Amino acid sequence: MSTPSYALRDSATMLRRDVRHSLRNPSMTLSGVLTPVVTLALFIYVFGGTLGAGLGGLAHSGSYIDYVAPAIIIMTIGSGVSTTAVNLCMDMAEGIIARFRTMAIARASVLTGLVLGSLIRTMISNGIVIGVALLMGFRPAADLVAWIAALGVIALFTLALTWMAVVFGLIGKTPAGANGLSLIFQLILPFTSSAFVRPGSMPSGIRWFAEYQPFTPVIDTVRGLLLGTPIGNSAALAVAWCVGLTVVGYLWARAVYNRNSVAYNLSAVR
Amino acid sequence: MIETRGLRKSFGDHMVLDGIDLEVAAGTVFALLGPNGAGKTTMVQILSTLIDADGGEARVAGHDLAREPDAVRAAIGVTGQFSAVDNLLTGEENLLLMADLHHLGRSEGRKRAAALLDRFDLVDAAKQKPATYSGGMRRRLDLAMTLVGDPRLIFLDEPTAGLDPRSRHTMWQIIRDLVAGGVTIFLTTQYLDEADELAGRIAVLDRGKLVAQGTPDELKRRIPGGHVRLQFANASGLEWGARTLGEVMRDDDALTLQVPTDGSVRSLKAVLDRLDQAAIPVDGLSVHTPDLDDVFFALTGHTDAQKGNLR
Repeated sequence: MSTPSYALRDSATMLRRDVRHSLRNPSMTLSGVLTPVVTLALFIYVFGGTLGAGLGGLAHSGSYIDYVAPAIIIMTIGSGVSTTAVNLCMDMAEGIIARFRTMAIARASVLTGLVLGSLIRTMISNGIVIGVALLMGFRPAADLVAWIAALGVIALFTLALTWMAVVFGLIGKTPAGANGLSLIFQLILPFTSSAFVRPGSMPSGIRWFAEYQPFTPVIDTVRGLLLGTPIGNSAALAVAWCVGLTVVGYLWARAVYNRNSVAYNLSAVR
Repeated sequence: MIETRGLRKSFGDHMVLDGIDLEVAAGTVFALLGPNGAGKTTMVQILSTLIDADGGEARVAGHDLAREPDAVRAAIGVTGQFSAVDNLLTGEENLLLMADLHHLGRSEGRKRAAALLDRFDLVDAAKQKPATYSGGMRRRLDLAMTLVGDPRLIFLDEPTAGLDPRSRHTMWQIIRDLVAGGVTIFLTTQYLDEADELAGRIAVLDRGKLVAQGTPDELKRRIPGGHVRLQFANASGLEWGARTLGEVMRDDDALTLQVPTDGSVRSLKAVLDRLDQAAIPVDGLSVHTPDLDDVFFALTGHTDAQKGNLR
């Protein structure tokens, strides 16, 4: 039952299910794109003038959109994976996951299918947001190799945050709770990173936090790759964060998933 | 098909199952009867590999539960209390999902899904999502999904809870058909009539302990809750009736007597004969068969409702 070929087949089945869910529940999928697009518009058309002036001549073309667009692309990952957390939490509440657990299927396939689905969905959202940013005036200076490298970092970070979102979906008691936990990736970490302003301009406590949290090196790396600005050690830090979060998220999610589903039991006993 | 010895489980300091020994023979229906919170669902969750027991042993479908959970999973099907269907997939897609997960081929999966839709009267709803289904339809789809894998042993956790009488009878018929096809059923219920109707053996679970086990008839014989209620026209009739029948429960305000019986026609006739010989007029008569409350009162000395007071 747990031969590798069945594991692959079951994961493919779960992936098909997840893709179908995305297509059937377009509002959920769309909000993963809408939030970053609105944020992008807000920061370019409303705050952009002041923020851009405050940044000085950072971006190669000197316009704020070039500074902020790579950050918005990374933010898209945060809102994309929150969909995954909410979907998983709903699955848990509806009992379908409990059904899967009583079947002789490869245990990992449920989460693997979900993660692959999340990766595909979020990368499509990223593509759309990149397109919108280009339409709004984002002018990257990257060549093909730099683009591929940037997309690689984006995919890697998506994978990392997806595994963490799986944990949120498993430990969040309700869909709202799961969404609440993933606000860390949707708002808290992006806004306290180098996304909108340079950490150097922040008060010392927040500056310290901004310099040592994962979003800053990832955003700086993608920004550097797309704009041709210096990257320094950000790339190494970004990859280390991605690998670290993926490993932690994967192990944590697997442990919670394999553990007895306590929430389900308590509700059933009452 | 199932054999457990000393099965124990607690959540925190709340003991849910406290040493359960039971045996279920292949090809039979076994009903675990008990009120809400007795531990029925926990029992199903343990036997269906969903959660681990804290102690004790169990063999399910010939495999050790703790050591070979995958072999157990391959042999069983579970339909829980809360229907576990995918709400974003149509009824048919739900069945095909199960077929894929059982590694049936494409055409075999389609064939089986079509047959199950037909058998469970879901053909018209096949292309719709479960959100549009009635409670009975959801439950039927849930059971159909369980049957895709052709399990030898099926766990049904309160299969008719919340269903209307008609859907309930449909479900009963489905269960009878399954047993006729050689499937073993482990059923939990809080309705005595359901256990009586379907099960060959019943075990009564109360506060995590089995308080009785036996065939429906064996259990019912232990329950003295059945009685005949006689309504009299006036106080003198009541007085004569009480004297004639001896040990009865008397209600002077309502002018009624409660006479315990085992519910058989013979015992009923005996009561009426004695009244007839004494020429006592009776206005009305009703027969009360034991219900779950009577069972619990007889077996445990408390009813579910009285639990708080008696403790």
